[in-house]
Amino acid sequence: MSDGGFTATHDVLVIGGGGAGLRAAIALADADPVLDVAVMSKVYPMRSHTVSAEGGAAGVIAEGDTVEEHIYDTISGSDWLGDQDAIEMFVDEAPRELLRLEHWGCPWSRQPDGHVAVRAFGGMKKMRTWFAADKTGFHMLHALYQTSLKHDDVTRYDEWFVTRLLVDDGRVHGVVAVELMTGRIRAVAAKAVVLATGGCGKVFPFTTNANINTGDGMALAYRAGAPLKDMEFVQYHPTGLPFTGILITEAARAEGGWLLNKDGYRYLQDYDLGTPSPTPVLRSMELGPRDRLSQAFVHEVEKGRTLDSPYGPIVHLDLRHLGAKVIDAKLPFVRELCQKYERIDPVTELVPVRPVVHYMMGGVHTDLDGATPVAGLYAAGETACVSINGANRLGSNSLPECLVFGARAGRAAAEYAATAGPAPAAVAAQAADEERRLEHDLLGRAGTERVSAIRTEMQSTMEESAGIYRTGPSLAKGADTLAELQQRMARVGVADRSRSFNTELVAALELANLLDVAECILRSGLQRQESRGAHQRTDFPARDDETFLTHLLVHREPDGSSRVERLPVTITRWKPGERVYGR
Amino acid sequence: MNGVRTYRRPISTWWWVGKRTYFVFVMRELSSIFIAWLVVYLLLMIAAIGRGADAYDDFLRFAANPVVVVVDLVALAFVVLHTITWFGLTPKAMDVRAAGRPVPAAAVIASQYVGLVVVSAFVVWLVSR
Amino acid sequence: MPDEAGTIGLRVARYRPDTDSEPGWQEYDVPLRREWTVLDALNHVKNEVDPTLSFRWSCRMGICGSCGMDVDGTPRLTCGTFLADFAPGPIRVEPLSNFPVVRDLVVDIDDFIQKLPRVKPWIIRDEEKSVDEGEYLQSPEELDAYKQFSMCINCMLCYAACPVYGLDPDFVGPAAIALAERYDLDSRDQGARERLDVLIEHEGVWGCTFVGECTRVCPKHVDPAGAIQRYKLKAARESVKALLLPRGAR
Repeated sequence: MSDGGFTATHDVLVIGGGGAGLRAAIALADADPVLDVAVMSKVYPMRSHTVSAEGGAAGVIAEGDTVEEHIYDTISGSDWLGDQDAIEMFVDEAPRELLRLEHWGCPWSRQPDGHVAVRAFGGMKKMRTWFAADKTGFHMLHALYQTSLKHDDVTRYDEWFVTRLLVDDGRVHGVVAVELMTGRIRAVAAKAVVLATGGCGKVFPFTTNANINTGDGMALAYRAGAPLKDMEFVQYHPTGLPFTGILITEAARAEGGWLLNKDGYRYLQDYDLGTPSPTPVLRSMELGPRDRLSQAFVHEVEKGRTLDSPYGPIVHLDLRHLGAKVIDAKLPFVRELCQKYERIDPVTELVPVRPVVHYMMGGVHTDLDGATPVAGLYAAGETACVSINGANRLGSNSLPECLVFGARAGRAAAEYAATAGPAPAAVAAQAADEERRLEHDLLGRAGTERVSAIRTEMQSTMEESAGIYRTGPSLAKGADTLAELQQRMARVGVADRSRSFNTELVAALELANLLDVAECILRSGLQRQESRGAHQRTDFPARDDETFLTHLLVHREPDGSSRVERLPVTITRWKPGERVYGR
Repeated sequence: MNGVRTYRRPISTWWWVGKRTYFVFVMRELSSIFIAWLVVYLLLMIAAIGRGADAYDDFLRFAANPVVVVVDLVALAFVVLHTITWFGLTPKAMDVRAAGRPVPAAAVIASQYVGLVVVSAFVVWLVSR
Repeated sequence: MPDEAGTIGLRVARYRPDTDSEPGWQEYDVPLRREWTVLDALNHVKNEVDPTLSFRWSCRMGICGSCGMDVDGTPRLTCGTFLADFAPGPIRVEPLSNFPVVRDLVVDIDDFIQKLPRVKPWIIRDEEKSVDEGEYLQSPEELDAYKQFSMCINCMLCYAACPVYGLDPDFVGPAAIALAERYDLDSRDQGARERLDVLIEHEGVWGCTFVGECTRVCPKHVDPAGAIQRYKLKAARESVKALLLPRGAR
């Protein structure tokens, strides 16, 4: 290490190279050409989980659609927990961001006249979801990545795993990271840091999320003193493939797919989601919001109206009536995935599906500019919670969220970095501490516990205690088990003695992050004694605006314990009301 | 990368033997030698014709030598291979469109064979006239 | 667990640069399950048998491009390669060919990362339109013209399959050229000339001798071989033009 112990020094360091991270990096490069910007990620940018998003990105552009309606859909979708100022701003900026991506080469699907096409999506009253067939996230990510290559002055640290944020006196000053290729532990100084590390689906056993979605940014921020907000809200996507958990996009239903129980009956009509009609009706039936659809599935299981599979109960997604032409044009990836992983062809066969953990509504608490309470620390995308998603995110809002708030966080970080001073000496000592911790507590130790065993137990604990339906006792029991797992985590050792590309070390660091995040999910879940959106307590089945029209912020205390704080929801024009779908 | 001892696997001289596609590829590359031989052969023949009937008879004797016949047969096989692979490549290199729609690869390939037959027929007609 | 039909052997290449002078083999037995991929088997090994085995993976649905390896001598995405197709085994799992091995099944793809920007894979315009003016119009037919080449996930299977890249690491390579073609064919782009200037060089398209294996192994049906041959035609046309036409008319 040189320069006071630092390998390198930058003005702004973006952690994560997915949709939000790359958008932030480009915004930074555009904001000020002399700004020294770097992107650090544990994977190559094009491997980031944005790549797996399928259905689309919402933005008001179609004739007859209005910003007001997108705002209302998002607010009601969030079960009134989303901050309305944030949602207004988000809806307002989303179309411009999507257009910008069009200018950057994203191959959006088109209408015959050459304009961008839009499709229907769950919980949306108008057709407003831009799409690139059913590989929208893939195309967005590669368009962003390839456009980012234009900015050759942006330094990239590919395959560097950040283990700690360096914070002194409430200000961030850089990170400590492991360079995976060499195994070297490095400190990189930065005046501002943008966290864009995605979600934490891996706290659960059955998830659409990629292996890399381990809540790293959330855990880093939490330990650095930034609170995590609305962590009790975990989105289950109603249609995942059994065993793999691979996502079958909501677009399959938007194009006209039906959900059938074992009797071939479109069961959603029994759950106040409207009446079935042969063609899709917006905000109705299969185009209801994800939380309600996943909850309906649980009730079908209880009624014994689901089918059994080797991997638990399932229902069927019926796409057969759409025909090969529509499926190949609009849902080619769905067909490819079904053929490959289920050995069925959706053109002629029913697709087995079940709800699957998909998205984290909660995240690092930020303001509208992505700023966290730690000075110089920003967050955007699934890592962050602004919050526009409240208690339930609408499908196709997360991709534009990455763009809108990635760009905003980038611009804000640029401004901050312009005024921030260099890192104080204390920070170098912190970096040295972290290096010692990694060397002695993990690498140099013959542990008695195995990462994979603890991870499996954590995942099943979370599914049992904080699934689609939770109770106070289930959450409390889960919290007890997690506390034990945390203790066992302290005894984990890394058997792999090789420095180079030590994936066992990475898995251990990821597990530590997952455990902290899981703890926060249970902690706020226990605290929220009501049912709202994706957080359904059978012991408190009703929404309670009187007490809980508020965000819950989990802070980490210096002794490692957690403290929950309330923050009122920002209401601008839309008074809390009933969520009405299909009527 | 700085500081990592990566391992570069050596490439065997016989890397192309194990896989059919690699083998066909190397054979196609090799075919150029025989194409060159046919060109030399043609030039020898033209030169012989230019020098008169005796020289041409000498050439015919040379051509009837069993070794030369075998070489020619091998050359023919390579030319056929070269032709087939070259024709197969065409639709990849050219995005042929008719009335705005891409012409199927099979049609592009087939049209080349038709061309080959027409030209061959013309040559046969020219020679046997 | 359902559908278990005995076990199958995995023969996995191991290399630890700190201790090994060259790669060796390690054998593992894994359950042979109908729905298991080679990647599932490797994860089984890592979680239950040997935590020191290193490999990259992420999305396990064939879109992130992380998990490419040579399986029985052919480059494949291990998340889409099923054990049952190789029964009774054993299955040979090696790091992707033609790349330096970092560790076990992990290769160094930095070369590609450095090469990709050289072909300028982004929209190049003489004049940028402002976002306020809306989108560039593009008909579905114009979209179709480049769509196939935009499907590349950078999984590096084509580089592993390409003997030219193996023999001459300076060759720009299939995926990068396919991406150049993707932007050339995009009706919004005007940068074809700039990209041709790069690809007309010796290590550009002329390095390719049309083995065609890149297209055969591509899990996304991108057809990089086709892209390269089209580029050669373009390059040849330009060279002829440069030879025949006066400077101003080109």
